Amino acid sequence: MNGFIRELRGAYAFVERNINLIRRYWGWEIVWLIYSLVNSLAVTYIGAGMERISGESLDTQYIITYLLVGTLIWSYLSVIFYSISEMIAWERWEGTIEYTFMAPVSRLTHLVGTTLFAIGYGIIRTLVILLIVAAFFHLDLSGANIGGALLLLLAGSVSFVGLGILAAVLPLLYPERGAQMTNAAAAILLLISGVYYPVATLPDWLQAIASVSPATYVIEGMRGCLLRGVPTGSLLPTVFTLIGAGIGVTAIGLVIFRKVERYAKRTGRLKRSG
Amino acid sequence: MSNPALELVQVRKVFSKKEGSNKRFSRSKREVVALDGVSLSVGRREIFGVLGPNGSGKSTLIRLVSTLLLPDSGMIRVFGHDVVREEATVKRMINRVSVDAAFFKKFSPLENLSYAARLYGLPMREARAWMREILLRLGLPEEAFTQPMEQLSRGMQQKVAVARGFLTSPTLLLLDEPTTGLDPHSKRDVQAFVREIRAEHDATILLTTHDMEEADRLCDRIAIIDKGKIIALDTPVGLKGMVERRNGRSPTLESVFLELTGHPLDEKEVVE
Repeated sequence: MNGFIRELRGAYAFVERNINLIRRYWGWEIVWLIYSLVNSLAVTYIGAGMERISGESLDTQYIITYLLVGTLIWSYLSVIFYSISEMIAWERWEGTIEYTFMAPVSRLTHLVGTTLFAIGYGIIRTLVILLIVAAFFHLDLSGANIGGALLLLLAGSVSFVGLGILAAVLPLLYPERGAQMTNAAAAILLLISGVYYPVATLPDWLQAIASVSPATYVIEGMRGCLLRGVPTGSLLPTVFTLIGAGIGVTAIGLVIFRKVERYAKRTGRLKRSG
Repeated sequence: MSNPALELVQVRKVFSKKEGSNKRFSRSKREVVALDGVSLSVGRREIFGVLGPNGSGKSTLIRLVSTLLLPDSGMIRVFGHDVVREEATVKRMINRVSVDAAFFKKFSPLENLSYAARLYGLPMREARAWMREILLRLGLPEEAFTQPMEQLSRGMQQKVAVARGFLTSPTLLLLDEPTTGLDPHSKRDVQAFVREIRAEHDATILLTTHDMEEADRLCDRIAIIDKGKIIALDTPVGLKGMVERRNGRSPTLESVFLELTGHPLDEKEVVE
């Protein structure tokens, strides 16, 4: 029991630390929020302008909602991905990595704390963007299955936790360039997961890669819920697949992380700050 | 020595360094021997000094005991626990203060110490009282407690680093050049605190330094390390006695080092 309480305190250390980082770097937080917001608006306005671009009569409302769902879900999932993948990069930037790795806190606890923060932060941030974007467009979600959409989002979060751990390995392996490499990983997920267009638009070989991205299923399922009101019952196979894949990717991520941590300790890579 | 607090047996650590003008693309590597068959034993409640120039292997030794590096060969035990196989147990017994006071720069001393306290699973009510007490005893002004670390002087930052090391009441405290770069007043504050803590708590201290006076003042025994090897190990009086017997002059630890290694302590050597 004492051990469990100690691990809980350890997990909360990362939640509190990240809240303090937001408080202390609030200027960056505002800049980042404005960037995400403007990005969401810009993408959604493409939908609003589709009739003028094509010169044909289109269901603009459907396209707007289609793009808005993609951009908001991507905003949420990328927050999860970056929060977890940066759990090492932050320590590198601040130079505290050796102290955190020397502390008697397991990497699983480290991850649990970071994930709890990431999910809470991602939800709040996405809701803020949604509220502001909703003021620019008329959104009709009267037939949407909101509960099913949230269920899919949570299930998809588990997978992104695993992907985040895999990306977190990069700053551990490459002190100077690892953080930038995580951006490349996120960009590939954005390209292949059907965030702004149907996956079927992609060439066959990219569609094959898209089929292993959890974001593909989250975004497709969320669009089904929000645009077509797909009932929760028919989402369950996807939900269970996402949770299963998420647990699997997380477990693989932890094993790889552990091996890379040992490699970093063998070669002295914890010492250098990127 | 029965049941030592820290035991190193034939510990060796080698690093590979890339060579050439463009190191990123260079394939040629050279090996740097940081520690070469180091053996030593530190008794409970002892302040054990490791004295050596930059690049002699002092920080590598501390990092190995801290579980931040893995030895290539040999064995390191903390209170009988192997640092590689029983890493989690060892981590609960140790803490470290290093020469670079690494903190979240925008956080205040109290926020940084709270983070450390939670990482070590300390109950926060007791930890908050204890962190204030340590900071005050180290002579940190109370108004600095809530200021961002980046606004504090180097001396103040190092005092917070020392407070972080003692906060978790480690049974083995690793002090890696804790007073380097401090003004004489701050240096005395830190040294006095180290002695107080040793007197009050059941703590063993491993101290690396290239400050002869500090080693002489604080340490029960001192190992002189040069190029990754321990070349002498004795009490300060015993080390001075070695040189006295050889040339008959009244020795200092500096002259001991020069006599044993053939070069002065402040000479720059291989970068670790």
